[in-house]
Amino acid sequence: MPEKAAAILLETDSLAKAYDGVLVLSDISLQVKPGIILGIIGENGAGKSTLTKCLNGMTQPSGGRVIFQGEELRELSVADAIAKGIVTIPQEFNLVSDLNVYENIFLGHEPRNAWGLLDRPAMRAKARELLATLNAHLDPERRIATLSVAEKQMVEIAKALTSPCRLLIMDEPTTVLNQREVATLFTVMRRLRDQGTSILYISHKLKEVREICDEVIVLRDGQFISHDPIGALDEAEMARRMVGRDMSQLFPPKASPPADAECVLDVRSLHVPGLLHDISFSLRRGEILGFAGLVGSGRTELAETLYGLHPMQSGSITLFGQPYRPSSPARAIAAGLAYLSEDRQGSGVLVDFSVANNVTLSSLRQYCRPFISKSRENARAQHYVDAFHIRAPGIDAPLRSLSGGNQQKVAIAKGLDTAPKLFIFDEPTRGIDINAKSEVYAFIRRLLDQGISCLLISSDLEEVIGMCNRVAVMRAGSIAGEVSGDQLNEDEIMYLATGVK
Amino acid sequence: MSTAKPSPSSSPAAADWRQRALGRLSDYGPYIALAALLVVCAISSPSFRRPQNLINITRQISYSGIIAIGMTFVIIGGGIDLSVGSLLAFAGSVGIIAMNHCDNPLLAVVVAIVVSIAIGTACGALNGALITVGKIPPFIVTLGTLSIFRSLTLYIANAGLLTSKHELFARFGGMIILGIPLPAWLLLLLTIIGAIILQQTRFGRYICAVGSNERVARYAAINTSLIKFSTYVIAGFLAGISAVLLGGRLSSLSSTTAGLSYELDAIAAAIIGGTAMAGGRGSVIGTLAGALILGIVSNVLDMWGVSVNLQGTVKGVVIIIAVLIQRQR
Repeated sequence: MPEKAAAILLETDSLAKAYDGVLVLSDISLQVKPGIILGIIGENGAGKSTLTKCLNGMTQPSGGRVIFQGEELRELSVADAIAKGIVTIPQEFNLVSDLNVYENIFLGHEPRNAWGLLDRPAMRAKARELLATLNAHLDPERRIATLSVAEKQMVEIAKALTSPCRLLIMDEPTTVLNQREVATLFTVMRRLRDQGTSILYISHKLKEVREICDEVIVLRDGQFISHDPIGALDEAEMARRMVGRDMSQLFPPKASPPADAECVLDVRSLHVPGLLHDISFSLRRGEILGFAGLVGSGRTELAETLYGLHPMQSGSITLFGQPYRPSSPARAIAAGLAYLSEDRQGSGVLVDFSVANNVTLSSLRQYCRPFISKSRENARAQHYVDAFHIRAPGIDAPLRSLSGGNQQKVAIAKGLDTAPKLFIFDEPTRGIDINAKSEVYAFIRRLLDQGISCLLISSDLEEVIGMCNRVAVMRAGSIAGEVSGDQLNEDEIMYLATGVK
Repeated sequence: MSTAKPSPSSSPAAADWRQRALGRLSDYGPYIALAALLVVCAISSPSFRRPQNLINITRQISYSGIIAIGMTFVIIGGGIDLSVGSLLAFAGSVGIIAMNHCDNPLLAVVVAIVVSIAIGTACGALNGALITVGKIPPFIVTLGTLSIFRSLTLYIANAGLLTSKHELFARFGGMIILGIPLPAWLLLLLTIIGAIILQQTRFGRYICAVGSNERVARYAAINTSLIKFSTYVIAGFLAGISAVLLGGRLSSLSSTTAGLSYELDAIAAAIIGGTAMAGGRGSVIGTLAGALILGIVSNVLDMWGVSVNLQGTVKGVVIIIAVLIQRQR
């Protein structure tokens, strides 16, 4: 075996990637030794996922080279990557929920018997063996739909290990796990590392990175920042390098409405069958209330219920002093509500519509008498483009030509154009770069100063902690608790979100 | 908080400009094609450029052209209406039966107009209700009603010809104003109204939004069901108008052939005119150009003496090329 291949498993040389002419990754040169866990950290949009996609064949780099075990990888496909031992556990699971565990583990490369038919006994036995090495005692016959999130992840890992794996890429694997499940995952990762597999561990949870990784690479705005042994960086330094400045500058000073500000929203014992149980909270004028919780804990469903997308069964809502029963988005907007959806392209903006037409989509009535006044529409759109620094080729440019952060600003402008008094933000900074993020925080702060109240739903704990004085934590469709003051920290929120200390 | 970002090179801007120029070109594509076709036909065939022939073309395309306006709304809204041809036959037949119950000729013609349009609108509403309230895919609903409306027409007409007993009906259908047949005037008028609705009103904008992404539209507080329902009502209403005009042309309607495969001509006109099959984008004036292209092609093929049996092939090729050009964007 050539010595070089033993010393370095994977090397990239000036790797770059551009989408539609925009560089999202530039000049990345790094080396991965065999048998280590290498953390890759960076903010959303730093290029972490793009980097892994260039390594596992999901996309082709626009420049630079990737050398794996001494061999340059060119025109790599996902199948090639797996054949070479580069396996990825995706952030979102790729499991067929109607098939069982062993069928999923062997999906696409099922063992056959002498008749060319599926060799089910062999699949079952091999699956059991694989799961045992992961310390996951799962029945291979169980349907995926019946598994917990942590169990599904174990199935994903088992699936990854069916082929010989030299480099395992894990993209944010702990986002949906509670602490006990994270501990189990880390045990498995250490065992794989000790067997000689290298792991690229993508995360923005710095505490976990410090716990599990041997080395850490920091990316920021698509650029390589540093590569150090884990002992060389503490969490504060990692954060500083990720953001490129002190974290405290990312968030504006917290808004503190006067204690006697009137209550604008009061929800009592709200119940939506199958989604929400016994939700009660209140919000004052100019106040921002955070909503934390795991994915699927009912935060988005709560927002959508208030916005009139799910019928409520019982409970009472008082909005701006009036009883309010949500029935449709039109009614919600008329009552002074705006909702920024978490799913920007799926339910937030029309990518084929122009900037101007997106901005006025919810408020078009104002521009009609009876024909649409395009000059007023354009003037309004130009106002938002200037106020929010929306970078677009023009107000008549289709939204697909804008970056995610700028699309998000258009989505916010669309909400604002209905003149809301209560704005619900659902993951307002998901998938947008750090500058856009800090601009979004500044907008929210400006709204609060104008006396507009906000609900902030976010999976990014730093975000809710950095923006809110009060955070409601949801678990399984109800509010598990509310934290404020000294209790407002990640540990307390995670405890309430998972129910596990 | 300025961070040093890699400055974007000039190539994306150039690519963007090129893409826009291409977009512009394909926006005007149907009109350029129409102009080119007119020139080629006028040069190659003296009988094509005779005024009487050109006027005949406008009449020929009017019936399916009016239907195509409705089809454009339906397709932009993300749907499809296969039933319009049968719906035309049904609405026209009921109109003729109703007018034959009247003795006053003028009243009879008014009755035919009102009844046909009312039946057309009601049938469109039925389609729309099944699609939005019944939540059945438009293809399935209108395939079903295509069969239902034709079968009902055959039943009430005993599979034969329904003829008006009033001579005034044919005079109405054959009316010529300033040298142009009434149906062609109506096609032009309805195209203008349709274009204004689509481009200048909230309703038109909402149709595009619903067809572009229904979920986004719903989250933007648009009543998506009502918008989709309305497009089918419009399609039915226009099929009703087309039915009276077609009935008045010969003072009769054949229950077996009236409106047969008009839905295909209407869909083809919309697609050739630049309406996106997936919805969200399109133009009524483009549809008129599409209808003219189809009409001129079939007319000039006659002039050139190409077998009638081959004309479907040419029409099919034109449609496929139009979609191919759309794809390039």
